[in-house]
Amino acid sequence: MPPLVSIHDLRVAFNGVQVLRGIDVSLQKGEALGLVGESGSGKSVTWLAALGLLPRHAQVTGSVRLDGREILGAPAAELDQVRGGRVAMIFQDPASALNPVLTVRRQLCEALVLHRDLSGDALKAEARRLLDLVGIPDAARRLEAYPHEFSGGQVQRIMIAMALAGNPDLLVADEPTTALDATIQAQILELLSTVRREMGMAMVLISHDLGVVAENCDRVAVMYAGRIVEEARSNQLFADPVHPYAQGLIGALPPLDGPRRRLTAIPGTVPDPANMPSGCAFAPRCALATEPCGLAAPSLAPIAEDRSVACIRAEASRRALLGVAAE
Amino acid sequence: MSAPLVEVAAISRSYAMRSGMFGRSTAVHAVDGVSLMIPRGETLGLVGESGSGKSTTGRIVLGLEPPDSGEVRFDGKSMAAPATVSWRVQRARMQMIFQDPLGALDRRLPVAAQIREPLDIHGLGTPAEREARVRELLRAVELTPAHGARYPGALSGGQRQRIVLARALATKPDFLVCDEPVSALDVSIQAQVVNLLADLQAQLSLTLLFISHDLRVVRQISNVVAVMYLGRIVEIGSADDLFARPEHPYTQALVSASPAPGRRSAGRIVLAGDPPNPAARPGGCAFHPRCPRAIARCASEVPMLSAVGGNRQVACHLVTGPQVQRKDAA
Repeated sequence: MPPLVSIHDLRVAFNGVQVLRGIDVSLQKGEALGLVGESGSGKSVTWLAALGLLPRHAQVTGSVRLDGREILGAPAAELDQVRGGRVAMIFQDPASALNPVLTVRRQLCEALVLHRDLSGDALKAEARRLLDLVGIPDAARRLEAYPHEFSGGQVQRIMIAMALAGNPDLLVADEPTTALDATIQAQILELLSTVRREMGMAMVLISHDLGVVAENCDRVAVMYAGRIVEEARSNQLFADPVHPYAQGLIGALPPLDGPRRRLTAIPGTVPDPANMPSGCAFAPRCALATEPCGLAAPSLAPIAEDRSVACIRAEASRRALLGVAAE
Repeated sequence: MSAPLVEVAAISRSYAMRSGMFGRSTAVHAVDGVSLMIPRGETLGLVGESGSGKSTTGRIVLGLEPPDSGEVRFDGKSMAAPATVSWRVQRARMQMIFQDPLGALDRRLPVAAQIREPLDIHGLGTPAEREARVRELLRAVELTPAHGARYPGALSGGQRQRIVLARALATKPDFLVCDEPVSALDVSIQAQVVNLLADLQAQLSLTLLFISHDLRVVRQISNVVAVMYLGRIVEIGSADDLFARPEHPYTQALVSASPAPGRRSAGRIVLAGDPPNPAARPGGCAFHPRCPRAIARCASEVPMLSAVGGNRQVACHLVTGPQVQRKDAA
């Protein structure tokens, strides 16, 4: 099956400083992909660049194909059909994404008029249906309310309703629950997975919360310093991470039950994009780094089915994996 | 067990809030009858969602604001009134760390000068001794004197939080209140700071009140954990088994909302309803409108925190202790 979205060698530079250094990732119809990594690793920039949402001074190269059609550098008219239509995006801070002086109905209808040829009563009915769908009680009356009359969790529900207005094939959710309390986060994630199941929609979930990604995604890509360092099915990745950075991220997470142990912190900090180490960007923080790590950046290579790692030790790991499989 | 360093006895605090310009003012009960005790050298973790009153509890314990009723005792003595001489002496022994290190630091001063400031304020040591103490503190938080010469803007988030920690330790406090100290940090940096805090606690035999919404981090660092909901403690118990065997329906929902990677949890509990509003607290058990197991009694009667075996205490009508069950059987 051809992928819904395929990104190839996507690179982004701001004022000559490379922040995204060659991303290759693809997404099937209806699939949920998680993107994890520390701040500054390029999780959000990847999708902002793919959708042409970065400021003009960003230099973007590579290829982003949606159903086989190149959308990187496509004319604005074509992008307008893609953004909000075929691909929708929701962000961490829903309150600042809504206009505070317009009613929710005005803002929902605006999205509907742009992407779905609706007017009059049909338009209003569809707005009400969307608000119902995302679980806002008393939708007909609440349509006339302003954003400040809703709670944080409800505003995120309204953002999801607006994102669904164009019947998208892909929803990019950038830290959709980070600003919300734990019990409200659980509600929003439940809503996203219900909607996704019902509409057969693919989703990219960008999050720093490994638990959230593990529970809501089929596949996960771990990003570090503008590159994907490991990509695997989510149960595989969290049970048995191969890349030292992925291992470090999972080891740094305190367990919720069982015996308490000292956390295995990753020493040092994320490298400055303007001052990248030569070779593997993670080598200076890696406990397993050897001399060859500083020479050339390893490329993302498959080590098993549905699994790729960018680490020179992965070759050895692959042999180990095959050895285990053979037994 | 030694005498507790910090004892909090039934503290309450409410604020007046007016809705709209001509609205009637209503009382918001931020903290309602919270009692805690922290043994010397141990950590008490306080978890809860926004509006649960955990930060207000921290501020009252530290004497940053007085409770309306109840009392905080520090090292056997009750807290002095704010801005008095004895308060100042007491305050040097207790310090606070906030979530946002950049907001807690002055961007226009080198960080070494900011670490030194509490020493100047409390008049500790000669100028040369203060300089030496600053170097010692920087070393204690695993930074170099070169970091001390920088401005906050030139440090990473994790490094800034270390500076805030160094400054809090400057007066050699016995007690630290940490309010979401690692919430703004990335996972790998968070682990560095949590490990550092645990090391410093062991070295300096610090007593901690650790406030966070992150169950994992709280469990990692605490001996005892208390769960707050709308100004009250709903469950308290040892960190080792509180989250492994939560008893209160709210704690169960919180644990379920904090999935572990690598294991698909069986049956996620998703609570209905909005986050609680402290200005409109439901009658009876404040949690009953969102509780999947609520019965009629929950709407009318406030459950009291009572022991249910071990060192666990739960405030729920549906969770009864072993003694109560035995009485029922007899």
